[in-house]
Amino acid sequence: MGSITLKNVSKVFGAHTVIPSIDLAIDNGEFVVFVGPSGCGKSTLLRLIAGLEDVSGGQIVIDGKDATDLPPAKRRLSMVFQSYALYPHMSVRSNIAFPLKMAGEDKSAIDRKVEDAARVLNLTDYLDRKPRQLSGGQRQRVAIGRAIVRQPAAFLFDEPLSNLDAALRVNMRLEISQLHQQLKTTMVYVTHDQVEAMTMADKIVVLNKGNVEQVGSPLELYRRPANLFVAGFIGSPRMNFITGEIARGYSAHTVGVRPEHIDLSTSTGAWRGTVGVAEHLGSDTFLHVAVDGVGTLTARVGGDFPVKHGDQVYLSPQEGRVQRFNEEGLAIR
Amino acid sequence: MARTVSSQRKIVNTVLAWTIGVLIFFPILWTVLTSFKTEAEAIASPPSLLFFDWTFENYREVQVRSDYFKHFMNSVVISFGSTLLGLLIAIPAAWAMAFAPTPKTKDVLMWMLSTKMMPAVGVLVPMYLLFRNTGLLDTRIGLVMILTLINLPIIIWMLYTYFKEIPGEILEAARMDGASLAKEIVYVLTPMAVPGIASTLLLNIILAWNEAFWTLNLTASKAAPLTAFIASYSSPEGLFYAKLSAASTMAIAPILILGWFSQKQLVRGLTFGAVK
Repeated sequence: MGSITLKNVSKVFGAHTVIPSIDLAIDNGEFVVFVGPSGCGKSTLLRLIAGLEDVSGGQIVIDGKDATDLPPAKRRLSMVFQSYALYPHMSVRSNIAFPLKMAGEDKSAIDRKVEDAARVLNLTDYLDRKPRQLSGGQRQRVAIGRAIVRQPAAFLFDEPLSNLDAALRVNMRLEISQLHQQLKTTMVYVTHDQVEAMTMADKIVVLNKGNVEQVGSPLELYRRPANLFVAGFIGSPRMNFITGEIARGYSAHTVGVRPEHIDLSTSTGAWRGTVGVAEHLGSDTFLHVAVDGVGTLTARVGGDFPVKHGDQVYLSPQEGRVQRFNEEGLAIR
Repeated sequence: MARTVSSQRKIVNTVLAWTIGVLIFFPILWTVLTSFKTEAEAIASPPSLLFFDWTFENYREVQVRSDYFKHFMNSVVISFGSTLLGLLIAIPAAWAMAFAPTPKTKDVLMWMLSTKMMPAVGVLVPMYLLFRNTGLLDTRIGLVMILTLINLPIIIWMLYTYFKEIPGEILEAARMDGASLAKEIVYVLTPMAVPGIASTLLLNIILAWNEAFWTLNLTASKAAPLTAFIASYSSPEGLFYAKLSAASTMAIAPILILGWFSQKQLVRGLTFGAVK
């Protein structure tokens, strides 16, 4: 059981307000991702939930009980750190067993649970090694093992994959998602990588300057962003924004079109432009097109579309896929 | 980018290093040599370096005249006792300053160090009276206490420097794993800081072993350590260089041997954090 509720939570460091005020409800068993650019307060928010930082105001309720003043050890949460934070002087076995030892469980129960966790995480052969003898991915798995043995109310992940190389990151992403399906325990995951957020989350919380910009499922955020910030942050390559005459045509201050929602033609279309850079990914090609009177727009086309630098092309936004925003940058529904 | 050092330069450096090493070590070497001379040879001019009649007479006489073992045991109890007691106080103190600093932490550290800059003789009279009135004069426990207090700033400073090198996230992980503050210090912080704690321990044992001001002024006979044992040979009966040298050699031998075996640990400890 692990629901987490934040009521009016704020955090101030000296004269610097990191989080003005946040209300948030995380349901039991949910996979929630905090995403935002660096310095948006997402890690601070996670540390407030963990109890590693004290709140400046507001209330944190874990599992129906007020945990605002509880020390981290009493909150029944596990955390996986960006640096793994393994105990370097202990073997893998002792690392994973540490939370159980602290909880005062007896030796046979500890051994059994450590063996189980090691089997789930493919660490059985490494139990007697020290952390420094392991690769980055294995260390990360030990950190996850240490988090799961205690069967906590919720897992907290603080950018756990950012120290891994790209291929390993994709693997671990999948492993963590599978782990969530298996354990069905609440997970709160912090990342600056919107791809991780989109692929793993049940619910994404987009943060900017300590404020929640929008909360929703990945597809909700993608299809119906609440404002310009979310529209620009979610989706890769990022959404094209157009102001001026064209926007006024849609009776909006700004309109946004995702690169994948632009149809391309060499003969006819709404906007005419010249191809600047063509980025060939094989499956797709990203075209950066200089459109007369608008600026550079990015379009995403199939990898086989025959186009190169300097070609004349016509762009047309797909009907019903154009997002409209008012002067304050809020979405017009 | 590797710097190439010419072989000529290497030779110069080696000679220079050996010269400095010998210069620093010479007084000790001279003491050891003198301890094997007769009193007449010890004050002979010009002095003979190696070619004299080697004798163990001084050592025999020193052992007859004063009880080396009693002083040795006093030194061991005082230096180890004060260092261990100091560590017991300094580990939590350094923990607090390294991992829960306040804006005043730096000032507190500087203030502690500043007490080392005060001449000890300035507080001799009050300390003496305090010791006399509390019955601590000429007791091992009294010396353990005063040496603990004297070396505490250095112990805290050294530990603070080591603790600063330990990533805070590891301690936070221990907290998340359910460790209380005491368990965090015992199971995570201390084992990780073992190299630092070991070199602090060694350095402070050496400092306490060599401490001569308080040990001479606050003891008479019962608790007198080896420093008092040496001093007793520059006595009213006149100076006896050969016997004084024999006593000195016996007094510094244990700590010299300890230092020799732990020099790797000591050097690592003293340069810790300086070279990354």
